[in-house]
Amino acid sequence: MKKIITIIALVFVTASSFAQEKNKKMTMDVDGVCEMCKMRIEKAALGVKGVKYALWDISSHQLSLIMNESKTNAMEVKTALVAVGHDTKELKATEEAYNKVMPCCKYRDDEVVKNHQN
Amino acid sequence: MKKYIVLAFLFPLFSFSQDVVEGMVMEGNDENKHIGLAGANVYWMSSQIGTITNQEGLFSIPFSKEYTKLVISFVGFQSDTLTITEPKMLHHTLKPSNELDEVVVQKKRDAVQKAYFSAQNVITVNSDELLKAACCNLSESFETNPAIDVNFSDALTGTKQIQMLGLTSPYLLITQENLPMVRGASQAFGLTFTPGTWVESIQITKGAGSVVNGYESISGQINAELVKPLTDKALFVNGYFNKNGRMELNTHINRKLNEKWSTGLYIHGNARTQKEDNNDDGFLDAPLANQINIMNRWQYQNVETGWVSFLNFRFLNDEKQVGQVAFDPDANGAIRGFGNFNSLSGNELWGSEIATRRFDTSLKLGYVFPELPFQSFGFQASYSNHDQESYFGLRRYDINHKSVYSNFIFNSILGNTQNKFKTGITYALDAYEEVVNTTAYERDDVSVGAFFEYSYDNLEKVNLTAGLRVDSHNRLGTFITPRLHIQYTPWQRGSLKGSFGRGRRAANIFAENQQLFASARQIQILDTEGSIYGLDAEDAWNYGVSFLQGFTFLNRPGNVSLDFYKTDFINQVVVDWENPRAITFYNLDGKSVANSFQFELNHEILPRLELRTAYKFYDVNTDYSSGNLQKPLLAQHRFFVNVGFETEITEKGGQWKFDYTAHTIGKQRLPNTDVNPPEFRLGEFTEGYSLMNAQITKVFSKNFEVYAGGENLTNFRQNNPVLGAENPFGSNFDTSIIYAPIMGRMFYGGFRYKI
Repeated sequence: MKKIITIIALVFVTASSFAQEKNKKMTMDVDGVCEMCKMRIEKAALGVKGVKYALWDISSHQLSLIMNESKTNAMEVKTALVAVGHDTKELKATEEAYNKVMPCCKYRDDEVVKNHQN
Repeated sequence: MKKYIVLAFLFPLFSFSQDVVEGMVMEGNDENKHIGLAGANVYWMSSQIGTITNQEGLFSIPFSKEYTKLVISFVGFQSDTLTITEPKMLHHTLKPSNELDEVVVQKKRDAVQKAYFSAQNVITVNSDELLKAACCNLSESFETNPAIDVNFSDALTGTKQIQMLGLTSPYLLITQENLPMVRGASQAFGLTFTPGTWVESIQITKGAGSVVNGYESISGQINAELVKPLTDKALFVNGYFNKNGRMELNTHINRKLNEKWSTGLYIHGNARTQKEDNNDDGFLDAPLANQINIMNRWQYQNVETGWVSFLNFRFLNDEKQVGQVAFDPDANGAIRGFGNFNSLSGNELWGSEIATRRFDTSLKLGYVFPELPFQSFGFQASYSNHDQESYFGLRRYDINHKSVYSNFIFNSILGNTQNKFKTGITYALDAYEEVVNTTAYERDDVSVGAFFEYSYDNLEKVNLTAGLRVDSHNRLGTFITPRLHIQYTPWQRGSLKGSFGRGRRAANIFAENQQLFASARQIQILDTEGSIYGLDAEDAWNYGVSFLQGFTFLNRPGNVSLDFYKTDFINQVVVDWENPRAITFYNLDGKSVANSFQFELNHEILPRLELRTAYKFYDVNTDYSSGNLQKPLLAQHRFFVNVGFETEITEKGGQWKFDYTAHTIGKQRLPNTDVNPPEFRLGEFTEGYSLMNAQITKVFSKNFEVYAGGENLTNFRQNNPVLGAENPFGSNFDTSIIYAPIMGRMFYGGFRYKI
């Protein structure tokens, strides 16, 4: 029974991802620490053609997106994010890109992360 | 499905030379069928290179010697990492996993105040700030804010008049929750009809403002957000009394009826029954007054469907009696606006009563598309019936103003949320009936308009709001109102803003200048061609630049701002007080310009001690028929200081709050009184003076607090507020030339109880 449900669920997932939605909602993990990061992340995401809405939550590190799937996909957004120095679950920013973020945004530095928690 | 596999095998033939890894990702299933998996992530571990499989499950990813681990992942499947050392073709099957590792959770957007990053020059005054001036209504809420100047309108009613950028409140669009509120008949006293405790926050926009709420704003907009049944306290009681016999009582009762509906009942009453004449001129220093003001709000909110709604009802009854101390309106033979000068025996007392009844109702309906947080529409409609009956000695003034206003707004984006727009239509109807002595005026104003406002935010340096509206008005004609606001961030915590825009309005000359009635001045309207009392509509451009810089000094935050605004009238209804025998209204012939400059510095100079200072300069000059003159009764130089200190909150929630405000008001030009007999001549300028207010609040717990304070601590008063007070029916009687308080030092106290 469990298997059937899983299969049905999967078929549903597959089916829904086949249809290219004009207003596809998704969330993804993006690393960052502060308001400055938020601005940079949202700007980078909105800079991808087809992304209509981008909201990054500082505490949960979740980037909520609404995009036109016929124009773009999650990986393109991730590529744009690593280009401005923010790591995603799949793609990681180069040292070079990461070094360009402001000192207060150095999310890979435990010390900086700790300071933002206060 | 088979042909896709064939395709997948064919692809490498074309692309090996391009150094790519290509292939197909399939879902694993029991029958070993080749089902392509669309939307799977394919990326090099710890790299910037990734792709997503297409509808058939095919992908192509550039190959680089730097990376050897290729990760293939998809929601609902186990991720796999493959070692790839050369460009090749792949055929990979992902195994389903029973655990979903990504969950979509929509979060609500935080209400972040972005004063630095908004295109418009908006100052938000929150409820904490409003408590600093403990009394009592909207007109008195601006004492601690340098953007707005509070002046005195006349010697009798004690009504405070507000000014922004050197222009009086008729040139401001004053809205309540974005519905035009203080306008038309309520222009003179409307701000005193919103009790202070009802106000949740105030937004002050300097300059042209948005086109969404109409074409009437010229120097700025003030919006008051009222407390809401869902978020206001379940019970709130506020009592206030002062030394001069003014008492106020405010009660709020809010109930959440169910998940969707909440309601609130807000009752305000105030009264002053004690007669005060401290300057011994025989006239009351403040009116005998009583007001009852009741509002009922219904709030509907359905998070699932995205509908929100407000329904409001408000009823107001306000009565004021002013004039000579011994005047009794119920006495036999009391002069109540009827009769003529020749029939007077000489023993009559001069008195005045102003009675206002007002009913308001409004509906707001909003819908946010649940799937599209950036898209919404709103509909708002309001109806009000404002009725004032009044007499001033022998003069009579009645006005009834019925108003209907409705606005439909659609919000969405162009491409993405960096490019937003608002568009919609407005319908407004104002029906006025007035009686000025024995002359009746009747006028209906109808307008229909459409607007479009585009805003661009590059999220870093530039913000822009450009609006345009087209309105068709039965008296103002068909016209275009453009408005533009730009903000630029040149460096960190710096914000440079610029704006320009146009505004138009029909001046309600009697309602806006009611102080004229309590004088012996003859009313003269010199133009006859226009459609509003013979006068033309007012029309002006406003231009402004401002700069705001935040800083940290002694580890504490502060900011400094500079702004300059200019209002240039194309036409203005000139209100000419320069002849002490008359008040004259005529269309501007020449130029009329209001320039304002403001420098403001705010800093937390000591821990929990906030200092606010401002210097303001005004140059407001108009071509009168007697030549170009500075606007009378307006100080060209003003200086403002506010100091606020709060102790740390104790465990039980106790706290002390101290607040001190000082205003220094420079000399003001007086209207010309040269033709008066020598004893009634006032000279050319007033002296400058200073006013001080202070308040102490003791918070016992989050439920109870008491406050006490003093106004006009330096006890500065105008010497002769009523000209010709000995003979109020005589030709020199004038109560309209007021430049300083009439009331001396005054102390007050009050409490707030909330659960």
